[in-house]
Formats: sequence, C-alpha cells, structure tokens
Amino acid sequence: MSDAAVHPYIPNSVPRIRQEMLDAIGVESVEELYGAIPERLRVPGSLDLPEPLRSEYALRRHVEGVLGRNENCAETLNFLGAGCWQHYVPAVCDEIANRGEFLTAYYGETYGDHGKLQALFEFASMLGELVELEAVSMPTYDWASAASTAICMAARITGRSAALVPGSAGAERSSLIAGYCEPWVELATIPFDPATGLLDLDRVREAVGSETACVYVEMPSYLGTIETQVAELAALAHDAGALFVVGVDPTSLGILDAPPRYGADIVCGELQPLGIHMHYGGGLAGFVASPDEERFVSEYPTFLIGLGPTVVEGEYGFGEVVWERTSYVQRGDSKEYTGTTQFLWAIAAGAYLALVGPQGLAELGQGIVERSHYAAQRLGELPGVRAPALEGAFFKEFVVDLGETGRTVEEVNGALRARGIFGGKDLSSEYPQLGQSALYSVTEVHTKADIDRLTDELAEVLR
Amino acid sequence: MTLRPFHQASWNEPILLELSSPGERGLIVPEVEDELRAAVGDPLAGLPPELRRTEPPALPELSQPQVLRHFLRLSQETFGNDVDIHLGLGTCTMKYSPKVNEELVRSANVADLHPLQDDETVQGMLEVLYRFERMLCEISGMSRFTFQPAGGSQAVYANARMMRAYHEARGEGHRDEIVTTIFSHPCDGAGPATAGYKVITVYAGDMGYPEPDAIKAALSDRTAGLMITNPEDTGLFNPHIDEIVTLVHDAGGLCHYDQANANGILGVTRARDAGFDLCQFNLHKTFSSPHASMGLPCGAAGVTDELAPYLPSPTVEFDGSRYSLDYDRPQSVGKIRAFHGVPSAVVRSFAWVLSLGAEGLRQVAETAVLNNNYLAQKLSDVRGLEVSFANENPSHRLEQIRYSLAKLQEETGVGTLDVARRTADFGVASYFPSHEPWIVPEPVTLEPSESYSRADLDTYAEIMGEISREAYEEPETVLNAPHRSTIHQMDPAPHDDPERWALTWRAYLRKSEAGAPTASVDLE
Repeated sequence: MSDAAVHPYIPNSVPRIRQEMLDAIGVESVEELYGAIPERLRVPGSLDLPEPLRSEYALRRHVEGVLGRNENCAETLNFLGAGCWQHYVPAVCDEIANRGEFLTAYYGETYGDHGKLQALFEFASMLGELVELEAVSMPTYDWASAASTAICMAARITGRSAALVPGSAGAERSSLIAGYCEPWVELATIPFDPATGLLDLDRVREAVGSETACVYVEMPSYLGTIETQVAELAALAHDAGALFVVGVDPTSLGILDAPPRYGADIVCGELQPLGIHMHYGGGLAGFVASPDEERFVSEYPTFLIGLGPTVVEGEYGFGEVVWERTSYVQRGDSKEYTGTTQFLWAIAAGAYLALVGPQGLAELGQGIVERSHYAAQRLGELPGVRAPALEGAFFKEFVVDLGETGRTVEEVNGALRARGIFGGKDLSSEYPQLGQSALYSVTEVHTKADIDRLTDELAEVLR
Repeated sequence: MTLRPFHQASWNEPILLELSSPGERGLIVPEVEDELRAAVGDPLAGLPPELRRTEPPALPELSQPQVLRHFLRLSQETFGNDVDIHLGLGTCTMKYSPKVNEELVRSANVADLHPLQDDETVQGMLEVLYRFERMLCEISGMSRFTFQPAGGSQAVYANARMMRAYHEARGEGHRDEIVTTIFSHPCDGAGPATAGYKVITVYAGDMGYPEPDAIKAALSDRTAGLMITNPEDTGLFNPHIDEIVTLVHDAGGLCHYDQANANGILGVTRARDAGFDLCQFNLHKTFSSPHASMGLPCGAAGVTDELAPYLPSPTVEFDGSRYSLDYDRPQSVGKIRAFHGVPSAVVRSFAWVLSLGAEGLRQVAETAVLNNNYLAQKLSDVRGLEVSFANENPSHRLEQIRYSLAKLQEETGVGTLDVARRTADFGVASYFPSHEPWIVPEPVTLEPSESYSRADLDTYAEIMGEISREAYEEPETVLNAPHRSTIHQMDPAPHDDPERWALTWRAYLRKSEAGAPTASVDLE
C-alpha cells in the first residue's frame, strides 16, 4: 500500500478507509490485487516525475506562470485565419459550454442524458436550417475530416472510386483529405487561376467521368475567394452521375445561399466560427449534412441523433439512429472509424445559432464582407502592396501580395509582431505561385480603428 | 432501504425551434462604422444573384434570457460526472476533472491562441506540450509522443498509419493485415481498417483473454501489426502479453497497446516494458480531461525511437532555452488532425499529473483497482449478477469488470437493457452494457475510478441490489422503467426506420405531417 498522503481528488486515499475496504475484499494489500501482473513487467521503484504541487494554489501559480509566456489574440491585434478564425464568442456560449453537466457527461444515453441529446439534436436541426438539408451528423474532428468523410461517403453512395478536389483548399486541409482518402478514393486536384482564385472549369470538364464519385469545392475557398461557378461545377458533376460536395464556412450563410440551392448534394464545413474560442486549434469541429435519404444516411460513419416518441403522448426522446452503421459495431469491418470527437462544440455552436438568429447571421456576414473589403482597400493603397491580390469576390479572407515591396512575408510579419500585430498567414511556401503573399483574415472583431492601425503600422514597416 | 427518493429534472422542454418568437434577438453582432461602410459600398454587388441568400435560414428568434434558460434546463436534464455517481460507464474511465484546470484553459492564454502564431508567441503552450510529452514518456516507457490525434480512435488510426509508413520504408509494404482481439476496443479494428488494413479478430480463450497460441495462429508474413487492449474490457490483465508481443515481432509485425483505460496500471506496468512499439493514452479518460459530452478529446500516441521519424508533423522540440515546432520531418505520416489537435486537453492533463506526482499517480491506480474489487465484493450479493469468466479465471480484476445479468434474465425475464434503464430512476447514469458483439450475455461493464468514495460504491451496489429484488419480485417495475427520469420509455424502432427516423427538426416536421412518428407508441 502506498503511504502517500490524502489527496483531494481521491476520496479513498484515507488510510483507514483503504484498510477497511481491503478487509471487506479479504486481501492483505493492494499488491495482492495486482497478482495477475508478472513481476517481470513491473515498474521497478517509482516513476521519475516532478514533485507534486499538492496545493491548488501552488499548481495554479505554476501553470499560470508557464502559460503567461504566451501572447494571445485577446491582447494582440490578430489577422491570422487560414482554417481557424477569431470571432466574437458570446458570453452565453461560454456559460453553456462550461456547464458542469455538459462538460462532464459522456456518450449519448436516452434517459439520464436527455438534455444533452436534445441540445445536440437542436444543433443538428439549426445547422440543417442553415444548409437546408434534413440529415446532419454529429461533429467530426474538423473541416478536413468532414470533407474526407463526405468524399468517402460519396464514393460508397455512387459505388465509384475517384474524386476531384480543389487546389485552393490549403496545404494542410488538402494533405489531411489526401491521407485519409488514400485507401479508398483516387483524388485529382482541380487547379485554380492564380489571378482570380476561381477553379479551372475546363480541367473539371476533362477530369470528370464514369468513375467520378464527387466533385468537392469550398465556399469560400481557403484563400477566401467566393467560387462564382458553382452552378456550372454542380452541372458538370451531375452530368457525369457524380455528387457535388460543398465545404462551407457557416458564417457566410447569412448572405451566401444554402449550397443545395446551387446543386450541392452533401455539405460539410467547420463549426469553430460559431461561438467557439480558437484554443490553439482545439476549437475546430466539423460537420456533414445531406438529404435524409437512406442511401446517404446509411453511409455516415459518425454518430447520428434522432428524435422519436416515448410512451407518453407528445413527449420527445432521443437515441442513436442506425447504430449498426458505426465502427462501434462494425469494428474491423468498418470503412471509417468514429469515436469521441468534439461534441461540446456542437452544443456551443447550437447556442450561437440560437442567439444570432436569422437577422444576426445576415448582419454578421455582411459586416465581415464590409470590413474585409475595407482592409483590402486600405492595404492596397500602400506602395508595392497588392490587396486583394486575387481579383475574384471574397468573404472574410483575402490574399495580400508583398512581392513588389521587396520584402518577404516572414520579415514583414516579424516587424508587425514587434508592433503588437499578428500579420496574415504566410503563403509563400504553401502557394509559391502567389509569390510573397499572406492570407489576411478580417472578422466582426476588427474595428475600423484596428484596420487603420494595421495599415499605418504596415506602412511604417515597409517604409 | 436507505436509497434516497429521487426524480430527475423533467422540464418537458420544447425543441428550441418551437420556441421562436419572430423579432426577438439574442445577440447584437458588432456594428459596422458608418465611415467604413461608406468607403466600401456593397462589396458583393457584383456577385451572381443566385449566390446571394434571399430566404433567411429558419433559425429560431429568441431573446438572450430565453436561450440561456432553455439550455440550462437541458443541462439540468443531463447527468455528468460532476452530478452523479458515474461509475457505470465502464471502458470510459469517468473521473473527476478538477475545476482549477478548467479555469486554466479558459484563460486567454489558452482559449484565445491562434494555432498559426509564431513559436515565439506561444512559448508557454509549447513548454506545456513538451513537458507533458516527457511525462508520458516516463509513464509509458516510450520515446516520443504526439498530441495531434483528437481522440483515442484517431490515435489508433494514426498509429496504424505509422505502422504502414514503417513497413513501406523497409520495403515491406505487402504487410496488409492487422490482428486485434474481440475484447479490445472497437477502434483497434476500425482504425486500421480505415487506414486500408484487413483486420483479423482473435477471440478470448477460456481464461477470458486471448492466448498466445491463438494470436500466433493469426500471424503471417502479411502481418503489419497487433492492436490490443490490456486489460481488455473484462478487467483481466493478460499475463502473457510480452510473449504475445514477441510472437508478433518474430513475425515481422509491430505492436500497438491501446491504453485508453490505463487507470489501473499507472506506475505499475508500462507499455515499453512489455515490448510494445506504439501506444495511446486517452487524456479525456485516464488523465482527467473532461469527456465533454463526447468532445474535446486528445489521443496521445506514443512510439519508440525506431518509429519516431513517422510521427505526425509537427513535433515540439526544445534546445535548452527555446521551444519550437519542427515541420522538417521527411518520413512523417504528415497531418492526422488539423493544427495541433486539442491542446487544451494537454494543459488539463499536465496540471493533473503535476498535482499528483509519481506517488499520486500510483495512488490513483491502486485506488481504482481497490475500488473495483471492493465494488465487486459488494455486488457479489446481488442475485442474478455474475462476473464474466469468474469460474475460469479467479484472478482479481484491475480497474473494471464486465459482469453478466444472464442469470437474472433467465430467471426473471428482465434483461440488462431493462436494468440499465431502471438505474436512471435512482439518480445514476445508465451503465454501459458492453461494446458489440455481446460475447458476455446480458453484459454490464462498471469502472469505479479513484474519484468515487466508499459511500458511492456502497450506494451503487445498493441500487443494483434493489433493482435485482424488483426483477424477482415485481419485474414490471423494471420492464416499464424509467419512472422517475426526465422522460418515459422510448421505442427505439423509429431510429432504424427511414420513414420514421428524424435527424433534424425539419425532417421531423415533414415526416410527422406525413403521419409517421407523432403518435405515442405502445410498447406492450
């Protein structure tokens, strides 16, 4: 028996209680309970770990001290986006996500966890309104995993094994999709026009065929551009008997149309902008949505939560829809694994959609567009700076080309950082065809004064 | 009978969309300055009109207090480990998630970090990642860890990808089979299957765990590796584990140790000491990060030096004065999850281990095992409940046990799903029966981690005893349960019927207008 002192996290660390429990079991020591573990596999002595910080105060002091070496986006003016965006998180979203019941519940259970399941069903329902589709998955790990799953689903639904993906999806998302799909779907990349950001329709026309399961595009793209040829892309996919899959940033859906209206069969995307802090990337969570048809629903690998009746008339209950689909049942016969993902963020995203409402979402989207265009306009006034560097329409992100300033993005961002600004994501190694360019993200958190300050500081840096 | 009278909150709360009151608003988004607006006009004026949303989404319209009240009512209708004796969720390692750790991750120095910030601006976060990696290396004996996988299943998948990269680099890409076991976690089959492997599942022998000979029979020159849990869900530690590892190595395969539920062996036995090449810990299980309604997980994947080159990018490095992210890793499997996974889970687990130290971790393990065996002793009085493989294998279990209610079912007609429903009437979360398939008939899997008091264990045993009594004396009470929960008994059949399932409110409305699922059901 370890004689370590009583620990506040461990009720039965009290020696008297432990002894009484051992007596009740009828063993002399805890060691007897470990009898099945052979001596040769035992840790000799004690692990080499730091001395414990037993008081909560000492622990807090230490960890806060370490984390205090960070610079955060609440205090620094931030223009990084590129897949994780700084939006305003309403206090009510934090209050709900921090509730101990939601925070410490686990898997879906119809009775004891009814409230949690209802919150998740409501998330799916509101997302369904946003994208005008009747089947919505529980969260995936992130947008990339949502897109990967949507593409693999399309392959299973159509019985085909090839897909077209956009070259403007960013290096990280593209590599995640490629790595995941590799055993199942052969991917071909649709190039984009480095002048406009638009996808190359001719290449799509050449590449789609009888083996194409889907054409996947993003709206807006990783580079921020709005793909204006979606109707043509949908038609090319459908004419070949393929599905049209669209990845979206949901904050755009108050002003941009629901993807099924321009032909999308499956919609996927990222939830993080909906009331979730960035958490150094931990705030990401993806979603997948489709028509409520058996051929679609039966191919989801994710949890699906359904509403149904109880024995009491008018009472709602919730449970897992077609549980047999999941890898919990299919095990080694699975096509895709699932597991614990990012459900708490679905609850937060649901709360956000309920708070912002239809009018708020439209105002949010319009405000983002106005601010981002103002920022592009201001930056574009600086000598040698091209902004927006891509001619096409854009939503909240845009490319800034610094090539003619003779400075690298790395140099400029280093100088901006010294002035308390996180400049846009450096695209120079990710998209060499765009030269010394950076991707700037502007959202509703940025005031005119913030954007003017960026412009002034950048002017100083480039002077 | 000392069980307290209980009724769970039951608000009969409408679906949020039913509460909509047109015109109400829950949030005013930041307003755009007039001067800014005047400078840009309507930037999307040139967009093709068919791309503009003309019909607003049918989101609810609600004031802020209505939204808050709705969700707090739903939270009251939810058991979490903060609320009830949550030990019924075997294989999940439910435990106390310290509140101080929540405050740490809510600070702007965690919550408001962008994942692409320059390394110089995240030295504190990188220090946590680096130091916690060293801690897990000590706890497991492994050489390196990645925290990028955002969940246990994703960590298993990542390790399958690393196995493949390893074999391909050695010109052995023909190895396309993974061996797992029936009592290992389902992801130990599903992860490698997703990565393109053919999966062979080995069943348990008489002792309740897979025998070395059975594993050996599944091996060949096509074996890429083994993915196994130990103790498996039965709670039985497989004492032949190192022999099994050697057999797999001799066949040219690698071995992955699924340590999602490592709670009983912290500081007692280590993955590397049994010869494993890869392992994973679920920080949201053993390492106290909250389960978050199936959210915010981290699957920490550990490897030996030999496999370290294949770890996902980036890794966290330290030169003695400065922490940095290393993306220059040519043999890496690349990305498994966007950015750096879920680093806030790492911050929480780092703080948890710091609060315990080596002695404390050992105390966690010992208490988990003590609690489990104490609860088993108390449950031995419950009529109709038996420990699986108890006759064949008398070993003490470690941190969890798969029980069986087959006898109860046979003698009373009351099965495990009925009993699980009934437990909700006593104020505890319905227990987890078992992963599929149900090898142990009418299963019950309980895992009383170190967070539960002796009084909690006594209460839980008493609840199970009372339900057993009911099953023998008044089975209808159990069969018609729950009676004191948020809702009443639900018919699961619609969830498997395309005409009746409803994944969203709009689907429900369409189908109920067509007459499908609105009427109440008669289960008899």
